[in-house]
Amino acid sequence: MSTVKLTVNGKAVAVDVEDRTLLVQLLRDHLNLTGTHVGCDTSQCGACVVHMDGKAVKSCTMLAGQADGANVTTIEGIAKGDELHPMQAAFRDNHGLQCGYCTPGMIMSAIDIVHRHGGQLDEPTVRQELEGNICRCTGYHNIVKAVLDAAGRMKVSQAAE
Amino acid sequence: MYQTTYHRASSVDEAAALFAKGSEAKFLAGGQTLLPVMKQRLASPSDVIDLGRIKELIGIEASGDTLSVKAATPHYEVATSDAVKKAIPALAYLASLIGDPAVRYRGTIGGSLANNDPAADYPAATLALGATIKTNKRSIAADDYFKGLFTTALEDGEIITAVSFPVPAKAGYAKFPHPASRFALTAVFVAQMKSGEIRAAATGASQSGVMRVPAIEAALKANWSPTAIDGVNISASNLLADIHGSAEYRANLIKVMAQRAVTAAG
Amino acid sequence: MGVEGIGARVVRKEDKRFITGKGRYVDDIKLLGMTHAHFIRSPHAHAKVKNIDSSAALKMPGVVAVLTGQELVDDKVGNLICGWAITSKDGSPMKMGAWPAMAPETVRFVGQAVAVVIADTKNLARDAAEAVVVDYEELPAVADIQAAIKSGAPQLHPEAPGNQVYDWVIGDEGATDAAFAKAANVVKLDVTNNRLAPNAMEPRAAIADYDAAEEHFTLYTTSQNPHVARLVLSAFYNIAPEHKLRVIAPDVGGGFGSKIFIYPEEMVALWASKKVGRPVKWTGDRTEAFLTDAHGRDHITHAEMALDANNKIIGLKVKTYANFGAYMSLFSSSVPTYLYATLLSGQYNIPAIHAEVVGVYTNTTPVDAYRGAGRPEASYLIERLMETAARQLKVDPAQLRRTNFITQFPHQTPVIMAYDTGDFNASLDAAMKAIDYAGFAARKAQAKSQGKLRGIGVSCYIEACGIAPSKAVGSLGAGVGLWESAEVRVNPVGTIEILTGSHSHGQGHETTFCQLVAERLGVPISQVSIVHGDTDKVQFGMGTYGSRSAAVGLTAILKAMEKMESKAKKIAAHALEASEADIVIENGEFKVTGTDKAIALPMVALAAYTAHNLPDGMEPGLKESAFYDPTNFTFPAGAYICELEVDPGTGKTSFVNFVAADDFGRLINPMIVEGQVHGGLAQGIGQALLEHAIYDANGQPVTASFMDYSMPRADDLPSFNLSHTTTLCPGNPLGIKGCGEAGAIGASAAVINAITDAIGKNNLEMPATPDRVWRTIHAA
Repeated sequence: MSTVKLTVNGKAVAVDVEDRTLLVQLLRDHLNLTGTHVGCDTSQCGACVVHMDGKAVKSCTMLAGQADGANVTTIEGIAKGDELHPMQAAFRDNHGLQCGYCTPGMIMSAIDIVHRHGGQLDEPTVRQELEGNICRCTGYHNIVKAVLDAAGRMKVSQAAE
Repeated sequence: MYQTTYHRASSVDEAAALFAKGSEAKFLAGGQTLLPVMKQRLASPSDVIDLGRIKELIGIEASGDTLSVKAATPHYEVATSDAVKKAIPALAYLASLIGDPAVRYRGTIGGSLANNDPAADYPAATLALGATIKTNKRSIAADDYFKGLFTTALEDGEIITAVSFPVPAKAGYAKFPHPASRFALTAVFVAQMKSGEIRAAATGASQSGVMRVPAIEAALKANWSPTAIDGVNISASNLLADIHGSAEYRANLIKVMAQRAVTAAG
Repeated sequence: MGVEGIGARVVRKEDKRFITGKGRYVDDIKLLGMTHAHFIRSPHAHAKVKNIDSSAALKMPGVVAVLTGQELVDDKVGNLICGWAITSKDGSPMKMGAWPAMAPETVRFVGQAVAVVIADTKNLARDAAEAVVVDYEELPAVADIQAAIKSGAPQLHPEAPGNQVYDWVIGDEGATDAAFAKAANVVKLDVTNNRLAPNAMEPRAAIADYDAAEEHFTLYTTSQNPHVARLVLSAFYNIAPEHKLRVIAPDVGGGFGSKIFIYPEEMVALWASKKVGRPVKWTGDRTEAFLTDAHGRDHITHAEMALDANNKIIGLKVKTYANFGAYMSLFSSSVPTYLYATLLSGQYNIPAIHAEVVGVYTNTTPVDAYRGAGRPEASYLIERLMETAARQLKVDPAQLRRTNFITQFPHQTPVIMAYDTGDFNASLDAAMKAIDYAGFAARKAQAKSQGKLRGIGVSCYIEACGIAPSKAVGSLGAGVGLWESAEVRVNPVGTIEILTGSHSHGQGHETTFCQLVAERLGVPISQVSIVHGDTDKVQFGMGTYGSRSAAVGLTAILKAMEKMESKAKKIAAHALEASEADIVIENGEFKVTGTDKAIALPMVALAAYTAHNLPDGMEPGLKESAFYDPTNFTFPAGAYICELEVDPGTGKTSFVNFVAADDFGRLINPMIVEGQVHGGLAQGIGQALLEHAIYDANGQPVTASFMDYSMPRADDLPSFNLSHTTTLCPGNPLGIKGCGEAGAIGASAAVINAITDAIGKNNLEMPATPDRVWRTIHAA
C-alpha cells in the first residue's frame, strides 16, 4: 500500500491504494469519479483518457503511483459550473455521441487535439489524431464534426479571455 | 495485475540500486507496453522502478553531426522537437506515428528500445541510422544491440540513458500500420549517411525482429531512387505471417515501404 | 412541425449526463457489502471437466466462495434456452445441446465458464481464480463449418448428430428448378459472410442483490430488454418468480444485438448473491467480451441466379451453412432462417426462390443476432450476385437493378415477406446523383493516370424491421410476442412521464419519444420525461432491437397518448361547458375550436386528480397505457454507392465518397436518424474491410483483443453523404419504418462491389484486408 497524493479536478486528494492500482481505478473506485471508463485491456480504446498535467493520457495504462504529485483533470472537471466546456457543448450540438460510453475519453482526447493544433485543424488531422479512441456507435462522422466545431469555439473563447 | 511494489527513482544510480534490491524488478519508463502486459498478468515483477521522472534522462541535444535523445524522452517531444525536425526529420516523423497521441505523451524511446518489440518503430531508425545506445554502463552500437524478438544486448539491471543518432545526409521512413494494433505491419527506414554509407532497416516484418535489408541497401547504393528498388527480390522466408499479413505480403511491403521511404527522404 | 415536434433536429436531452461524466452504467454502481465475481473459463475449445480443486483458493484472504457448475445443477438452475423453434425439412425439431451457465462436465468453447470466485475485491477474486486448479481432459475440436460437417468430425452434442442443428428450407423448389431449366443465363457465386465480434464499447456487467427477508432479487445489468431478461430468468432459469425479481438496465453503453441475450454471468451472479448473502458484481473485460459476447454472421453460401434473355431474374437458389458456435443462443435459430432467407428477394421481382439453411455447431463462441441479424447476410448475397450478374452479362449494374426492381406495392415475395411500400428507383436515383455516377468513368481514368485503381459499387438493400406481428412470428416458431407497451402519466401539475418497454442504449429515446408528445400536445420536451429500463417502473416491454423502437415502441406511446387525450378532452369539455368534439389541443391548451375559450393542460390534469368536478362516472386520474402489436414488418430500403481507390502497391483501400439514400418513412428526429445511419455504415464497412473474428483449427481464438481484431477507427472511415427519399409506412399510424440497422445491412456489398470493380476481379472475400486485396490483384 502507498499513499498517492495528487490534485484531481482542482482538489488535492491523498488516497491509500495498493501499488498495483491503476490511475483509472483510483479515479473510479476510490474517488467515485465514474465518468472515466474502461473499454479494453490493451490501451487501444481511449475510454479512459484523462488529462495529466495538461496532457491527454490513458488512465488505464498508468499506475496510480505514477500520477503522484500530478494535476489530473477528468471529464467531471472540465465544465465551469453549469457552463459546459466548448468541446462538451460541441459534442451535444453535433450529436457526437450515442451510448455515451466512449464520450468522456473522446472529449478529453479532443480537447488535447485542439490544444496541440490550435485553429489549424482539418478533417484528416482530426481523424488521424483520434486514432487512440474507439467509438462503436457514431461512425465518427459527428465526432469529427464536433471536434472541428469546438476548435472554432475554443479559439473564440481563448481570444475572449 | 499481480501485486507489485512501485518505486519512483530520482536518479539513474538510485534506479540501479533499487533494481539490485528487488527480487524480480522491472524498469518502468512510459509503461505503455509493460503495464498492459502486467494487466494481462503476463508479467509479475516484484518491483517496478519508475524512470519516467528522472531529469537526467529527459531531453534532446543536437551537436554537430549527432542528435542525442535521452532515454525517458516521450515520443511526443521527439515528434515535435525543432532540433529533431532540423537534424533528422524522418526521426520526428517516425515518432509522430508511434501509438496514438496519448501513448506518445507517455511512451519513451528508451522503453521502446529496451522492449524491442518486433513491430516497434524506433528500432528501425536506430538500426538504419547506426545509432549508439548509451547505458549507465557502456555504449552499444545498434548493429550489436538488437538480438531478436524482445531481446537486446542489455544486461540485467542495465539502464538505457540516451540514444545517439548520427545525422544522415538523407533519411526517410514509411510505415504500413497493422490495422488493429497500429504497430508496424511492416515499416522501413532508409538512410544515406554523410559517409556515403546506405543503410535500410525493416521492422514488423522479420521473425527475428528489426533487420537490415542488404538487398535494398545495395540497390540504393547503386542508385538512390525508388525505382532502383523495383528489381529487388525480397525473400519471404523467415518473415512473419499472421492473419493481417502473409510472409509474401510483408516481403512486398518491405519493397514498397522502402520505395516510399526513399521518396520521402528526397 | 414545432421546434421540438416530429421532424425537428432536437439536440438530445440525455446528452448532458454523458458529456459531463454523469452517465450511470452498471459498473458505476456500488452496493453496500458488495462482492466481486471472477469467472474461471476454459482455455480449451473442447474438453471434459474432470475435477475442480478450489481448496487453496478458499484459504486466501478475502475469498468468499468458489462456486462450480455442479452446484448450479444441484440447485436446479435451468440451462440456457433458445427462444425460437425451427423445424427441419424432414419435420424434426431443431437439435438442442444442453447449455448450463457453468459447465459441470464438458466445455465446448474457449471462454466457457466452469466456476466462479466470489471475493471482497475484483483483484482478490482474480488472484484466487489462479489458485483454483481445474483438471481438463482435452477433446478434439471443430472450429469452422467445413470441419464440423465432415464425416467423422468430432461431435459436440449427443443430441445433434453430425453437429447439425437443423436443415431448414423455404420457397418452392419445383418452381425454382423450372425457372433454372428455362434460364438464358445462370450466375453462380460462393460467398463467406465473415464472423464478427459486436464489441459494444461498454463491456457486459451485472450486479445481483438478494434480499433474504423479502426473498427478492434485484439485478442491474447491461441489457437491451430488461423485461425479457426477467421473463427468461424467471420462467426458464428458476432464479425467482417475476414478482420477486427486479431487473434494471440503467445507462447501457451500446448493444448492437449482443445485449439482447441473457448470459450465464447474469444467472450466476443472481444465484451466487443468494448463496453468499451479499451483492455480487461482475464486470467483464474486453477479452471476456471477445470470448463470451454472442458473435454475429458466419455463413458460407452457394447461390445461383437464373435470368431470362431480357436480364430479368426468374429464379434464385441458395444453400447456406450457418455457424452457431457451441450452443444455441437465445434468438440464434431465427437469424439465418426467418431473418435471412425471407429477405433473399431483395428489392427485386423474383418469381421463384428456394433456400436451404443448415445450422452447424462448432467449438466456438455462440453466434446470435448482431446489428442487422440475417438481413446483412441476405443483402450482401443478393447485391454481390447482382454485381456478378452485371459483370457476366456486361450490363451496367445500376441498370440491371432497375430492370428487376419491384415497382408495384404491396408485393408478395416467394419467401413470406409482403413488402408494403417503397420506391427503389427513387433512392437509387438519389444516390447516383449524389455520387455523380455518370462522371465516374472520367474519374476512374484520372485516378489510373496517378497509379490508383478506382472503383464504384452499388448496393440496394431492403430489410424487414419492427419485428413484428406477434401472431405471425408465433406461427414461425417464436417463443415471444413482439409487440410493445407504453404508459402515459400526466401528473397533477401537468408534467408528463412516458413509460416505455423500449430501451435506449444510445438510440436517443429520451429525446425522440418526447418529440411525439411535444408534437401532439404542444408542450416543451423539458416537461416530459421518458422512463425505461426498470421492470419495477415499466409494466412490460420487449426491448430494443430490430430497428423497432420508433415503429413499434413509439406507436405504442401514440396509442396510449390517444387514450389519454381522449379522456383529457372530456375533462376539458366538461370544464369549458363545450362539446368534446369541439376540443382541440394546441400549445399545451385544450381549446374550444372557433372560440377563445381554453383550459391549460396543467388545469386539466389537476382536475383529473382532484376529481372535484369530473364528468359523471369518470374515474379520477390521467394515466393511460397501451399495448401495440404491429400488423406487418416494416421495410426500410435504400441505395448505397461507394467510390474508392485501391493502392496497387499495398492493396490498401481509401474512400473517395460514400453516399447513402435511405427510405425510412417518417423521420422523428433527422439528426438522430443520421447518427444511426453513420454508425451502421461504420459497422458495415468494418465488416467489409477490417473485422473478422478468427479461430485457429483447434478452436483457439486468434482475435481476442483490439490488438488483433481490427475495429474501425476514425481514420479508417470517410465522412458520409446522406439523403432520404420517403414513402410512408402504411403499417403504423406514424408512417415509420426504422433506421437502426440499415447502414450495417447495406454497406458491405457496396464496398466489396467497389473494390472488385477497382481491381477488375470479382472474387474477393470479406474482410478485404490489404493483404487479401493485394494477393487478389496479383493472382494469376
